[in-house]
Amino acid sequence: MGELSRMWRETDHRYRMVGEKCGNCGKVYFPPRDICPTCHRDSIGKMNNVEMSGNGVVVSFTIVHDAPPAFSRQRPYILAIIKLDDGPTLTGQIVDTTPSEIDIGTRVRSVFRKISEDGHSGVIHYGYKFVKDQ
Amino acid sequence: MKKSGIVSYGSYIPRYRIKPDEIARVWGEDPENIKNGIYILSKSVPSPDEDVATISVEASRNAIKRGKINPSDIGAIYIGSESHPYAVKPTATIVSSAIGANFPLFAADYEFACKAGTAGIQNVKAMVDSGMIKYGMAIGSDTSQGAPGDVLEYSASAGGTAMILGNENVIAEINHTLSVTSDTPDFWRREGEPYPTHGERFTGEPAYFKHTISASRMMMESVGMKPQDYDFAVFHQPNGKFPTRAAKILGFTEKQYKDGLLTPFIGNTYSGSMMTGLSAILDIAKPGDRILAVSFGSGAGSDAFDLTVTDEIMKMDRESAPTIKRMLADVTWLDYALYAKFKKKIIFGDAIE
Ligand SMILES: [Zn+2]
Repeated sequence: MGELSRMWRETDHRYRMVGEKCGNCGKVYFPPRDICPTCHRDSIGKMNNVEMSGNGVVVSFTIVHDAPPAFSRQRPYILAIIKLDDGPTLTGQIVDTTPSEIDIGTRVRSVFRKISEDGHSGVIHYGYKFVKDQ
Repeated sequence: MKKSGIVSYGSYIPRYRIKPDEIARVWGEDPENIKNGIYILSKSVPSPDEDVATISVEASRNAIKRGKINPSDIGAIYIGSESHPYAVKPTATIVSSAIGANFPLFAADYEFACKAGTAGIQNVKAMVDSGMIKYGMAIGSDTSQGAPGDVLEYSASAGGTAMILGNENVIAEINHTLSVTSDTPDFWRREGEPYPTHGERFTGEPAYFKHTISASRMMMESVGMKPQDYDFAVFHQPNGKFPTRAAKILGFTEKQYKDGLLTPFIGNTYSGSMMTGLSAILDIAKPGDRILAVSFGSGAGSDAFDLTVTDEIMKMDRESAPTIKRMLADVTWLDYALYAKFKKKIIFGDAIE
């Protein structure tokens, strides 16, 4: 149940890309952080929820051939480091395309997709992935 | 009281497509027979990581974006589908969270074969009219399955549409809505069964045509309209042939029904079918245009709507969310093997997936 409650707590972050903005220095964090690593104590009580636009650019990427079980129907899949227009950089899967279509500098946008399933009877985990921005 | 209606709309169709030629090749059938018989030239296929929840979320987000709606103003969400990801655990809960709706919210999943989404429209319209909510969202969305080799495999596809209703900034007023219902064994799926069953001799005349045509005629009679008074007509589209024939029987011309007829290109999106056709019409409609929209759900019943497009539609940036035209143009073709893998017609052991 530990995994299930962690996933549940992270729903806003996974479903809507809700990050955190430091009210002291203005830096945006995704995934969210409770305290700004720059401002430390000065950021306490000043970290505010902020929804990412989900638009960004590919900074680096890799093609995963040795996929974990949940990705066996998507092999090979693209895992990229994406710099969001909102500021933060994160790792995400790029779907609905082929590796030859992706390059450093490719514009992407976030989409809502199924991430994994806990077997046939377990819960379905949803979250953000990315597609090429046409 | 101000007339309520559609305030915004958004659709989502997965980008993958398969042609009947490819399905017919595998099952040893004549593709020309299929194309001429049911008039389907291609159908949409969901990615392995797409389901009714993800399609509903994408359609909702498109509607919210296009209408510049504040999600916390949405007081109700109803989702019609026959392929909800869970048997018990509402898709509406996932969508509400994914769009950032408020905790105080009316929500439920509906099921009435292919007309559960339009039943949702009627429901939120009544809630808007009674003052229970400011805006309500009704979604029709499906990732329907046809058994391998069954005729439904050529048509069963994936897609969905979200309609946001209210009585402010209405782009298309709903002048009237009505329904017909009867117990008809044309199509069903029992709990736990992966594929639906169709009562062959019931699918055409006593089911689709009887309900669709009756609801259409009752609607025209009650609002005092004739077929030629409408600019657009859109019907449920289990294939390309049925809606065309229904339109002709009713006295509509190709000019009136061609823009809402999407099944030849995307297949039957079930609960999303008529609503996505209506979405394609709203993409191009002008103020004053009159629309007849009639859904059909097996089991069976039809929901009819008479709509008038308002001046508000000109204030809306309809290109701010993907139009149907855009989603029809931007596609990736699959062969049957990839399609079978995507649709989980090839089953792995638990250890692998
Ligand atoms: Zn700071």
